[in-house]
Amino acid sequence: MNKNYYVKVENLAKRFPGESKGKDLTVFENCNFGIEKGEFVCIIGHSGCGKSTILNILAGLDQATDGYIFMNDKEVSGPSLERGVVFQNYSLLPWLTTLKNVTFGVRARFPQWSKERVIEHSMKFLELVGLKDSAHRKPSELSGGMRQRVSIARAFATQPKLLLLDEPFGALDALTRGMIQEELLKIWEETKQTVFMITHDVDEAILLADRVLLMTNGPYARVAESVTISIPRPRERSSVIHYPGFYQIRNHLVDFLVSRSKELSGAINTDSNIQSINTSAAPKEIDPIVDAMDVKSQKPDTQEQVRSA
Amino acid sequence: MNYIASHRHILISLMFLFCTLGIWEWGSQPPEATKALSEYELLMGGADQKARVPPPSAIFERAFEELSDPFYDAGPNDKGIGIQLAYSLYRVLMGFFLAALIAIPIGFVIGMFPIMHKALNPYIQILKPISPLAWMPLALFIIKDSEVSAIFVIFICSIWPMLINTAFGVADVRKDWINVARTHELSNLRTAFTVILPAAAPTILTGMRISIGIAWLVIVAAEMLVGGTGIGYYVWNEWNNLDLTSVIFSILMIGLVGMLLDLVLSSVSRWVQYKE
Repeated sequence: MNKNYYVKVENLAKRFPGESKGKDLTVFENCNFGIEKGEFVCIIGHSGCGKSTILNILAGLDQATDGYIFMNDKEVSGPSLERGVVFQNYSLLPWLTTLKNVTFGVRARFPQWSKERVIEHSMKFLELVGLKDSAHRKPSELSGGMRQRVSIARAFATQPKLLLLDEPFGALDALTRGMIQEELLKIWEETKQTVFMITHDVDEAILLADRVLLMTNGPYARVAESVTISIPRPRERSSVIHYPGFYQIRNHLVDFLVSRSKELSGAINTDSNIQSINTSAAPKEIDPIVDAMDVKSQKPDTQEQVRSA
Repeated sequence: MNYIASHRHILISLMFLFCTLGIWEWGSQPPEATKALSEYELLMGGADQKARVPPPSAIFERAFEELSDPFYDAGPNDKGIGIQLAYSLYRVLMGFFLAALIAIPIGFVIGMFPIMHKALNPYIQILKPISPLAWMPLALFIIKDSEVSAIFVIFICSIWPMLINTAFGVADVRKDWINVARTHELSNLRTAFTVILPAAAPTILTGMRISIGIAWLVIVAAEMLVGGTGIGYYVWNEWNNLDLTSVIFSILMIGLVGMLLDLVLSSVSRWVQYKE
């Protein structure tokens, strides 16, 4: 890892003891990647490749079997307020009102603040997600989308150095998801948070991320590619699909999920390959738009060339 | 119209009440004297040689009498129903709150640490099914005070439901909420108070409700044994006096107070209830 990333993940691995003695079940290993300060990074992979485990290790809620995570050159161990988490199932405390759920986080983060300041700060973030009027309602009185907004407001309000989003829109319908994605973009552009997010949705990743990490299938999963999304910001859902390189990126990502995620994971499974994988453990850096242009300038036939390159 | 429709159950309730009372009243009338009473019969209280369950009208009369002056105190064998109930309530609440004081913290520890659950579970399982009254002789011997022994019996019978429910509620708190506390760097103590306690409160309150119900059942029996004061003693004393009217009246009062205790706890539990 030559680049000096803000968050560095080095040779991370998670293994579970196998049922019969001796053989452990390796979910993923040799995971290497970095996140720059202020960067929005999405990670995509099939179920079971260990995305959530990586996020939980980053959050400090789970422990890696091997490898290290450094943030700001300090090793990450255990949960911390420096890393905020938005869980898929919202994880709001149902006995507290919307506002109290947010102040819960703010008070933990800034214990020295006065009560008024905590409330004022929390209200500001509730306003950012458009829930100012629902401040005194309980989560059970809110829709799924609104609950996830509260959860996002709570995470942003604590102003963590790294924000971890575990498939935050997975449980929402398409319309609500679209709206909250744009709200998330808006807050992110305002706060310039460093974000690491798990998603299953390729379009969501393209809309939100600066870079998309692609994981191969488990077991023995790893982060195989790091795809730069060079679509200029600010992005909007309606206009991003008209950007010239959009489909190049999209095809590249979908193609990975459909075929390469399987092929690449098979390669690491054989014993003879493990050594060579270790040396080239860093994900392959790819910018589909630039790559496509390079290929285009040489040969007119584009898509197939990108794949085999 | 709507008002009547939505309150029809009250009508049915009242119907049951009047039917039952009517049959009871009618069935417990003494047979009419066929000939003039002798002086001896008059002195013995009527023509009927067989004792009968008193009719509801007599019980209402007694209830009115007792409730119009519930707190009189005319010596150890003649105290108002209010005083007797107050003694019983005092013992029940004393034993109950002492039990809560012990059961809830221990339940918390058992719920939070599976190892403690495994270690203490055998004792709980063996102590729980013991009838609280079985403790009475031992309590009287060790404590040497019938008053405190009664409180101890209440304590021992109300501790189990609270202990078990607290442990269950605490162990069952959703992992996500604990994770929220962990990612916010809350200390163990703050997690216990701001996350686990409110999350487990409805289950704990259910345990408390079961406990106070059992405590109120047990106090009557306990006071029959220790004697002196209390509603249990009152029932037994009136039985010894062959005053069935008072016995039935006090049975009704026991039911009424038990219902009120449950109502109080159920309104508290509504207060801590939450919807997910």
